[in-house]
Amino acid sequence: MEEIYLDNSATTKVYPEAAEKAFQMMTRYYGNPSSLHSMGLEAEHQLTAARKIIASSMNALPEEIYFTSGGTEGNNTAVFGAVNALKKRGNRIVTTAIEHSSVMEAMQKLEKDGFEVIYLSPDINGKIRIDDVRSAVTKDTILVSIMAVNNELGSIQPIEKVHRIIENAKSPALFHVDAVQAFMKMPLVPKKYGIDLMTVSGHKIHAPKGVGALYIRKGVRILPLHSGGLQEKGIRPGTEPVPAACAMGVAVDMLSADHERHDIILSLNSYCREKLSEISEVVFNSDNDALPYIINISIPGFRSETLLHYLAEKNIFVSSGSACAKGHKSHVLASVGLDGDRIDSALRISFSEDITKENIDYLILCLKNAVSSLARSK
Amino acid sequence: MKEVIIIKLGEIVLKGLNRKTFEDRLIKNIKHRLHKIGPCKVKNSQSIITVAPVFDDIDIDEVADCISHIFGIAAFSRACVAEKDIENIKITSAEYLKDHFDRITSFKVEAKRSDKKFPFTSPEIAREVGGYLADTFPEVTVDVHDPDAVVTVEIRDDAAYIHSEVLKGAGGIPVGTGGKAAILISGGIDSPVAAYMMAKRGIELTAVHFASPPYTSERAEEKVVGLLERVAKYSGRMTMYTVPFTKLQEEIRDKCHEEYFTIIMRRFMMMLSERIAKQNECQALITGESLGQVASQTIGAIACTDIACDMPVFRPLIGMDKEEIITISRKIDTFDISIQPYEDCCTVFTPKHPRTRPVLKNVLAEEQKIDYEPLFSEALQNLKVTEIN
Repeated sequence: MEEIYLDNSATTKVYPEAAEKAFQMMTRYYGNPSSLHSMGLEAEHQLTAARKIIASSMNALPEEIYFTSGGTEGNNTAVFGAVNALKKRGNRIVTTAIEHSSVMEAMQKLEKDGFEVIYLSPDINGKIRIDDVRSAVTKDTILVSIMAVNNELGSIQPIEKVHRIIENAKSPALFHVDAVQAFMKMPLVPKKYGIDLMTVSGHKIHAPKGVGALYIRKGVRILPLHSGGLQEKGIRPGTEPVPAACAMGVAVDMLSADHERHDIILSLNSYCREKLSEISEVVFNSDNDALPYIINISIPGFRSETLLHYLAEKNIFVSSGSACAKGHKSHVLASVGLDGDRIDSALRISFSEDITKENIDYLILCLKNAVSSLARSK
Repeated sequence: MKEVIIIKLGEIVLKGLNRKTFEDRLIKNIKHRLHKIGPCKVKNSQSIITVAPVFDDIDIDEVADCISHIFGIAAFSRACVAEKDIENIKITSAEYLKDHFDRITSFKVEAKRSDKKFPFTSPEIAREVGGYLADTFPEVTVDVHDPDAVVTVEIRDDAAYIHSEVLKGAGGIPVGTGGKAAILISGGIDSPVAAYMMAKRGIELTAVHFASPPYTSERAEEKVVGLLERVAKYSGRMTMYTVPFTKLQEEIRDKCHEEYFTIIMRRFMMMLSERIAKQNECQALITGESLGQVASQTIGAIACTDIACDMPVFRPLIGMDKEEIITISRKIDTFDISIQPYEDCCTVFTPKHPRTRPVLKNVLAEEQKIDYEPLFSEALQNLKVTEIN
C-alpha cells in the first residue's frame, strides 16, 4: 500500500518534473554560472529562467530574488542582514512568540548582543493582534519580523496592515515576512503589502531540500552573512545551487498553472474536519480560518509520539508539534495558551493535492482504533 | 619497522590447575577478535603471548586497540622486531624508542635471551644497548633503581624483540570462562555499564530488551543496538532478543492499581528474561539496578522483583554512586548514546506515586489479576533476534 503522507508542512515529495530538471542540470547543463565560457552561460540562462518564474509568482522583479539554501538561511540572512544595516538608527526589534526557530534563535542572539526584542503573543487561535503590533512599533524600531502563516497551527497573520503601522510610527524598520508555509498556498505579493524581505523555501513546495529564495525589495540594502565571491550581488556569495534552484523553478511554474489546487485542498480540509469531529475526544487547535493546508488537533490522553508511531505503522504519516523539534515541547502551542495535556497530544495534519477522500477515511478509521485500543496517559 | 604485540597474562596466572583453560580461552578470544582486522600469528610461550600480523599492510594500531579491549589481559606492549645482530639491535632500538624517550628522563635496559647461542650474554646485551641509547639520547639518564622506563630486549629463536612502554590492558578474566548470563538492557546509562562489568568477570552475554511499540519508537531500539555494539568491543559478539511488551504493559495498566505498575512490570521483565536466559543456557541474569536511584530501586522493591525468578541476579552497580557509574559509562564510550532522548518502555507507563515500600503479598495479589501465562507465551514466540557484532 502506498504511503498516506500527511506531513506536507514538514516537507513534500518532489514533483518528478522538478527532479528531472535537477537531474538534467547535474548531468547535461552542469556548468558553473560564473564561468565565462558557453557552458557557464548555458547554466546561467537556466538559473535566470528559474529566477524569473519565482519572481513572477510573487509579482516581483527577477533582480529582487536571491537563491539561498532554504528557509533557515533565508531567515538568518534577512534578520541579521537588516539589523546589521540599520543598527545605527535604532535598537528595537518587534517579532512574535510563534516564529520558526530560525527566527527565534536569531532574535535571542540579538538580545544577547544588546538589542531590545519584543515578542508579541498570539491569541487563542494563534493569530497576532494588529493592535499589539501598533503599540510595539516605535521610532526606535529597526526590524519587524512576522511570519505569514504559522507552521504548527496554520494560523494566518495580519501582515497586510503592518507596513502602514511602520510608516505611521515614522520608524526606519524593515519589514520581514517568513513566508515558508504560505508561499504558493495563498496569494502573497510582497510589493502590495510593503514587505521588504520575504523568505521562501523549496522543499515545502515539491522542490528538493537545500534550496530556497529570499525576496529583497529593490532599493533595500542589507549586509550579507557570508563572505565570498560576487554571486547574488554579494548578498549570498557562493556557487548557486543550480540543480535544486532550477527544480524549484519548475515546481513553482507547475503550481502557478494549477488553478484547481486550492479548491481541492479546501474540500479535503472541510471533509477532514467533518470526519474528525466524529471522534469525540478530538479537539481542534487550528481555527476555521487557518490556512486550509494545515489542521492541528489534540486528542488529550494520548501522547503525540504514541499516536504518531501508531499511524506510521499503518503507513500514515503526520507530525507531532513541529517536525524540527525532535522531542522538544512546542513553544507555539504553549504561547497560544494550551494546557499541558493538549500540547502533549497535539498532532499536525498537512495536506498536498494528491490526498484523497479515501485516504482521509482511513486516517479517521485508524485514529478511532487508536483511541479505543491504546492506553491513555493520565 | 615490523611491530608485534607482546601480552603478559593477568589474573589468569593465579588460577592454578585451571590456568590452561583460561589461557586457551584467552588465545581463542584474541584470535577471534583479530580475525576481522587481518591474519595474525598468536603464539603462547611460557605465559607470554606474542601477536604478529602476517601481512605488512595490517595496521598495528588497530591490532593494539583491539587487544586493549580484550578481558584477561593486564598489560601489553608494542615491540619492534630486529635482526639478531647487536649493531642492528642498537640502531633499531634508538629509532623505535625515540618517541617514548622524548617523554622520559631515566631508563634502564633489561635483556633476556632464550637463544643461548647468541654471542652476547644478557648483561652484555643490556650494557651494549644501554650505552648506545644513553649516547643517542643524552637528556635521558640511566637509572637502575627507579627508572621511568624499562627497555626490554628479548633474544628469541626467530628474532630480537625490543619494547619499552607498557600499556594498560582491559583487565578482568577472559570472556567465556565465567559462564553465560542474560543482561536486561534498556537505553539508559546503567545497564550497558552492568553488562561491561560482568563481561569483565568472564561472562558471555546474551541481551534482552523490552520494546512497546507504538509507545516506544524504533529509534529507541536502534539506540540499544548502538549501546550493545560499544559493549561488544569488550565482551565479544552477542545475541539480542527484543521482547514485544506492549500487550503486557496495557494489561498491567488495565487491571492493576497505578502504584504497582512499575513493580509488576519489572517482575514480568525478570520472569520473561529468565525464560529467555534458560533457553540460551544462561545461568544468571544481570541488571543495572543500583540502590536508591529511582523509586523502583529501593530495597523493598528489589526484594519483590528479585523473588520473581529463581536464577541468581547479578547487580554489579548495586553499591555504586551515579557519578561512579557515569565515569565507567564514559570510559566504555556508551555515555553519549545513553543520554539521547528516545523513550523506552520503563518511563511510558510511570505511575505518579509508585510504591517505594511494597509488600510482596499485595504485589502478588495485584499481579494475579492478570492472566499472564498466555501473554508470556505469545511474547516469547514473537521475539525479534538481532546479532550484535
